[in-house]
Amino acid sequence: MTQLALVIDLNVCVGCQACVTSCKEWNTSGSAGPMVDQNPYGADPTGTFFNRVQTFEVGEFPNTETVHFPKSCLHCEDPPCVPVCPTGASYKRKEDGIVLVNYDKCIGCKYCSWACPYGARELDEQQQVMKKCTLCVDRIYDMTMAADDRKPSCVKACPTSARLFGDIHDPESVVSVAIRESGGYPLMPEWGTHPANHYLPRRKTRIKIHEDELERADNPLKVDRQLPRPATSEPTLDDVTTW
Amino acid sequence: MHPAFSVIFLTTLIGAAQGLFLALFTAQSYAAFKLLPEPDAHAFYGQGSLLAVLLLAAGLVASFFHLGHPERAWRAAAMWRTSWLSREVIVLPAFMGVVFLYGLAHWLDWHPLLMTLPGGLPVDPSAILGVAGTVLAFALFLCTAMIYACLKFLSEWHSPLTVINYVLLGGASGFSLAAAFAAVTAPELVSFLAAWAAIITLLGMVSRIASLYRNARLKPKSTLQTAIGIKHPKIVQKTQGFMGGSFNTREFFHGQPVAVLRGVKWFFIIAVFPLPLLLLLSGMQGGAGVLATAFVVQYAGLLAERWFFFAQANHPQNLYYQSIA
Amino acid sequence: MQAANPSPASVQEVKTTTCYMCACRCGIRVHLRDGVVRYIDGNPDHPLNKGVICAKGSSGIMKQYSPARLLKPLKRKAGAERGAGEFEEIEWDEAFATLAERLGKIRATDPKKFALFTGRDQMQALTGMFARQFGTPNYAAHGGFCSVNMAAGMIYTIGGSFWEFGGPDLDRAKLFVMIGTAEDHHSNPLKIALSKFKRDGGRFISINPVRTGYSAIADEWVPIRPGTDGALLLAIIHEIIATGLYDRDFLVKYSNAGQLINANEASDEFGFFVRTEVPTEEACYEPQDKLWWDRNTDRAVVTHSADADPYLLGEFTLKDGTPVKPAFQLLHERVKDYTPEWASQITGIPAETIRRLAYEMGVTARDQKIELPIAWTDSWGVEHDTVTGNPVAFHAMRGLAAHSNGFQTIRAMAILMSLLGTIDRPGGFRHKAPFPRPIPPCARTPNDPRAVQPNRPLDGMALGWPSDPDDLFVNDDGSPVRIDKAFSWEYPLSVHGLMHNAITNAWRGDPYRIDTLLIFMANMAWNSTMNAVEVRKMLNDKDEQGEYKIPFLVVCDAFHSEMTAFADLILPDTTYLERHDVMSMLDRPISEFDGPVDSVRIPVLPVSGDCKPFQEVLIELGTRLKLPAFVTKEGARKFRDYPDFVVNWESEPGSGIGFLAGWRGKGGEKSLRGEPNPNQWEMYQKNNCVFHYELPKSYQYMRNWNKGYLEWSQRNRITRYAEPILIHLYSEVLQRFRGAAQGKGLTRKPPEHLRKRIETYFDPLPFYYDPLEAQVTDKHKYPLAAVTQRPMAMYHSWDSQNAWLRQIHTHNYLYVNATTARQQGIADGDWIWVESQWGKVRCMARHSEAVEPGTVWTWNAIGKAAGAWNLAPDANESQKGFLLNHLISEEIPGAGAAGRVSNSDPITGQAAWYDVRVRITKVGAGVTAPGLQTTSPQFEPMKPYPGMKERSSILAYLGIKAK
Repeated sequence: MTQLALVIDLNVCVGCQACVTSCKEWNTSGSAGPMVDQNPYGADPTGTFFNRVQTFEVGEFPNTETVHFPKSCLHCEDPPCVPVCPTGASYKRKEDGIVLVNYDKCIGCKYCSWACPYGARELDEQQQVMKKCTLCVDRIYDMTMAADDRKPSCVKACPTSARLFGDIHDPESVVSVAIRESGGYPLMPEWGTHPANHYLPRRKTRIKIHEDELERADNPLKVDRQLPRPATSEPTLDDVTTW
Repeated sequence: MHPAFSVIFLTTLIGAAQGLFLALFTAQSYAAFKLLPEPDAHAFYGQGSLLAVLLLAAGLVASFFHLGHPERAWRAAAMWRTSWLSREVIVLPAFMGVVFLYGLAHWLDWHPLLMTLPGGLPVDPSAILGVAGTVLAFALFLCTAMIYACLKFLSEWHSPLTVINYVLLGGASGFSLAAAFAAVTAPELVSFLAAWAAIITLLGMVSRIASLYRNARLKPKSTLQTAIGIKHPKIVQKTQGFMGGSFNTREFFHGQPVAVLRGVKWFFIIAVFPLPLLLLLSGMQGGAGVLATAFVVQYAGLLAERWFFFAQANHPQNLYYQSIA
Repeated sequence: MQAANPSPASVQEVKTTTCYMCACRCGIRVHLRDGVVRYIDGNPDHPLNKGVICAKGSSGIMKQYSPARLLKPLKRKAGAERGAGEFEEIEWDEAFATLAERLGKIRATDPKKFALFTGRDQMQALTGMFARQFGTPNYAAHGGFCSVNMAAGMIYTIGGSFWEFGGPDLDRAKLFVMIGTAEDHHSNPLKIALSKFKRDGGRFISINPVRTGYSAIADEWVPIRPGTDGALLLAIIHEIIATGLYDRDFLVKYSNAGQLINANEASDEFGFFVRTEVPTEEACYEPQDKLWWDRNTDRAVVTHSADADPYLLGEFTLKDGTPVKPAFQLLHERVKDYTPEWASQITGIPAETIRRLAYEMGVTARDQKIELPIAWTDSWGVEHDTVTGNPVAFHAMRGLAAHSNGFQTIRAMAILMSLLGTIDRPGGFRHKAPFPRPIPPCARTPNDPRAVQPNRPLDGMALGWPSDPDDLFVNDDGSPVRIDKAFSWEYPLSVHGLMHNAITNAWRGDPYRIDTLLIFMANMAWNSTMNAVEVRKMLNDKDEQGEYKIPFLVVCDAFHSEMTAFADLILPDTTYLERHDVMSMLDRPISEFDGPVDSVRIPVLPVSGDCKPFQEVLIELGTRLKLPAFVTKEGARKFRDYPDFVVNWESEPGSGIGFLAGWRGKGGEKSLRGEPNPNQWEMYQKNNCVFHYELPKSYQYMRNWNKGYLEWSQRNRITRYAEPILIHLYSEVLQRFRGAAQGKGLTRKPPEHLRKRIETYFDPLPFYYDPLEAQVTDKHKYPLAAVTQRPMAMYHSWDSQNAWLRQIHTHNYLYVNATTARQQGIADGDWIWVESQWGKVRCMARHSEAVEPGTVWTWNAIGKAAGAWNLAPDANESQKGFLLNHLISEEIPGAGAAGRVSNSDPITGQAAWYDVRVRITKVGAGVTAPGLQTTSPQFEPMKPYPGMKERSSILAYLGIKAK
């Protein structure tokens, strides 16, 4: 059984927000749209987005890590938002594990959003239906697109390739390998929701320098440093002793 | 959570209606066993049921304000296998129907003897409807409360106390209302109903304070550390990713300072429990005005209680929405 | 509805062009549905961005359909004040007639009374040519207030620079040091490279007062006090030399490290290289006529003599008794006292960290050498079997540049990069065509005021690269010819001009008054100006006769910017999706390390309203004014429009050099040079709007000294000379100015009041000095440095009017180190006053652990004037957002005329944005009143202009044609 998912690499995410707006532009004009914006040119503009990039500071100066943290629907394997939906508008697809909302069935009761610990769902204030990341279901199976384009818009956009996309049930997929080999972890594991999306942690590269590496036989100072060469006429031990 | 007035009115109004119905049928059952005098069935059971139906209808109307698409509300019955909300959507109209029929039976004096129970107790349609209504009333309490109690992420709600509170607080307000209603329509039942109202109020106080005590000691299961998966004692959000607010900042935050929360808490503790208790006890002898005041005060307190119920619930998603910059 | 199944293919058309949401210039695909933009994504076949796109690029739709767009030419209503925003619609005919008449008169009398300054336009090839043809010296783009120090500091040292002209080779680097970037310059290519670098196991060190964006993913963050990078770099150089971690072979062959310098202080030749002979012609390259002291024969020999190996250290005496020292010896002496302990006091970085940084750089460069099996021949005819790389790469930008000590700091960095042997080598710094260029490049301004003549093109370039005092563009008395005082003794190497002083100088009439100022795409009444409050007053100021001090102000912009309010005439520009553009080799192309790349924009949408691309405006004006380049000998129109111009214009008849390098020659069979090709645009269109010429591998490295490359470059007329370009560890150019200030030699001498300034700052070796503003600031009173960064979602863009982007950055806070803030009693989110000695701002504070304690910072240009960009007057941008510019002065007390100088680097005139020092205090209790919960200063709200669309209160974009 397939479970499509994103794996987000916090080790390379620079917080550029590319995924945020590319998601918005694809989906507002796509089958999940429109995604309304209220007060787009006024005070406190607010709109529907399926994906947000947040920033956290970890630690205290000077040992601070600034962490950029993209977050969208995690497409839980055991999605708590689905069973609570009274109409069946919220559902998880058997064939690929994507959690979707059927807008025509949604009554806008917001209950699914209460049942999501991640804040991954947003009620569209104009359409009054619940919306969320679809993993660009209207891209990934669209055979009129080139194979490279059949990816979620955010994945395609990401300049640092911090977003990997694939089937986490296929052990050889790029996402499974990344989770396995780079320490992929789920969010809020305490709730047993088994998010399909995973995050890869920061990894540090360090250099160890040994003292003798600063000496070395080929040190150019041995060529360039002009050690003072005393004149032969200057006094030496030979002048005072015979041994 | 952001307390929505639609849901506050829905839960308190139908709670009172459920309690009222239970009070009516309790009185009928006692009367059947000759433990209470038989009241004027037209006025007390008939109009009482009507009152309950009206409260239920008002609650239902309030609930529609919660929906983005009320015209599709009928769809909500679909997922009764998994969704407590769906179950509530089924049980509520069923209960309304039964209460209506129950009242109708009394109104029309429709009491054909259907059977006689051992001990010579006659069973008529109102008794059957009464039992059915009682079952449904409790089912409705369960459904309504479980909508909240089943959400494991909201620890404040995720407790049997939520169900007990819904039953007891709905029961208390319903019995208080029944007592006040009886003062006008069936004075002989006032002391009985007021006494039960007082008892349920007392029990409600115990369970509600127990839940306050429990909630005050909850340790959040989710932390910023688990939310973003980084192990460090000091993590601070700098930006949530947008600045003008979103559904996430509107739906899950009450947006009130701590002082307001504390004020509301003390208001409801006083208005739901000791005040109505005093008024119920002093109205025991049939003071309609006093008893009506008891209900009104208690109901007002319950509105505050329900507001606080929502406001106090701290959704783990809020960990992700703490700062704009 | 959200489909369970994919929607049917609903996009009808995909067109490629080049993005312009910032200056990065990625290839994009615009997906159209019924002629409406449905989606914009990165073009996977584009060499720059390889299919990715950033937050801005994806939001291009909201720019295209923004209500802030200007859609009609407008003129200020008679009687209305500037800044009041009272305009009436006019037709283009009237606009052109007005301009042609006014400019015609100016040109016929005194062409320098017309000034043209442009913003981030990327069309300097055309705008510069227009100005030159007009005959005015008063032309520049925004480089002077952007990063000219980076360009000048590096080009005067290694003949190339970061961003368009070169960059870090992160494909091969093992250690990457990013120092002083403010989330700016470069966007997608740097992001792509950074993540790949990290995934390949590279180590990334970020040196920055603030840890955001790129720095966030660094393996190590080294917080540093702003403006002190020079001290750090010099201490690292000290350590690299002291431990012998420099690449000796590289320095000997490829730099002037071993060249002997006259050490006789009494001599007029003091500080100059000793030459074997007097050069016969004044050419723009360095003849190989200098000396080494050969270790083998212990005598002076001509550099690069066969079998010679120079001493890098030591003191020697020539046969004629002249004491001489190798340049490297002087560098060694210079950095002797720049110890890590010394730098630690200045930078706030522990000395042991500085040492470790030096060792990491030095050991990685030395021990992780790359040998690529690429044979090449150097300029001295020596054949090499391999190309060697020392895999330490650097990147730097505004954080170093925007300080008044930035030039010398950047020289220090370029020298460090050279000591490590990383110039145009794998894993280090690599050039992009048309660089490297001679040091300095050959373009020169006139050096004589008589170059400006009525009805004649300027006799020389408006901008150039001075190599000695005689190249300065000054009057006989040494006073500046240009309105911005560029290329004068105040800022001799101001190679990008000083746009940030143009308005102040013109207003004051110092050096003279002008008549017409044409500003293209630069928000000089707001975020692109220092001292915005005063500049707005200057734009509106009148003389005793009631005439505006800047009599006629023309603004060309696509949007309702703050600047447009002050215009007498507004020319509505198009968006990038509606125009032809060229990213030309004559300007700043998008070349890659492996060869020249240029690209174009081709309209994907029809022009909106009455908009007109600025290039069309210039060509029409040039034609009407009969500027020689735009008309035939008989005075008839030469070019139909801009696309026609791009195809057919040649630098001179038959030169084969035009704006575009691709598909030249009659049939498009030639590259770089060739006859005009009538189908050139179509060929670009068929090829993703980009032309990529990949050099043979043997020409891709060591290009300063790569015989094959230099000769190829010469054959293709990219350069005039194929001489090697030696790295200037020691800058003789700077010494020439210093010598003049010391009264030596035959060159021009600085006026007395600037003599000391020139002598001090034109040091041929890098040195550290406190930024000029700090020198005139009481640091106890103003203890904090204040800097800005551009957020990536708004980097290099004009996008507060963008409905999606502005939700991410709606207003800005001042970030303060949490400990610093608490010491001041400032809580997170408090309203505070920020004061410099020049002004004060009220704003909100945010605590941060990711900023050095002596620094405060904010996102730049999020704050807007009320009502500007067609935002509602109560929008957060104006009510909660603020500009740090209000705290910055464009002038500081100094040695200039009347005791003032530009707040700029004394060498290059680079605007010293990041030098400002401030203090912060909590706003008193009264501010809780709602009326006071706004930022200060506030300005009278701007009104929308005639012809603009109304802003909607709700937006549900569907990418379909409105019914």
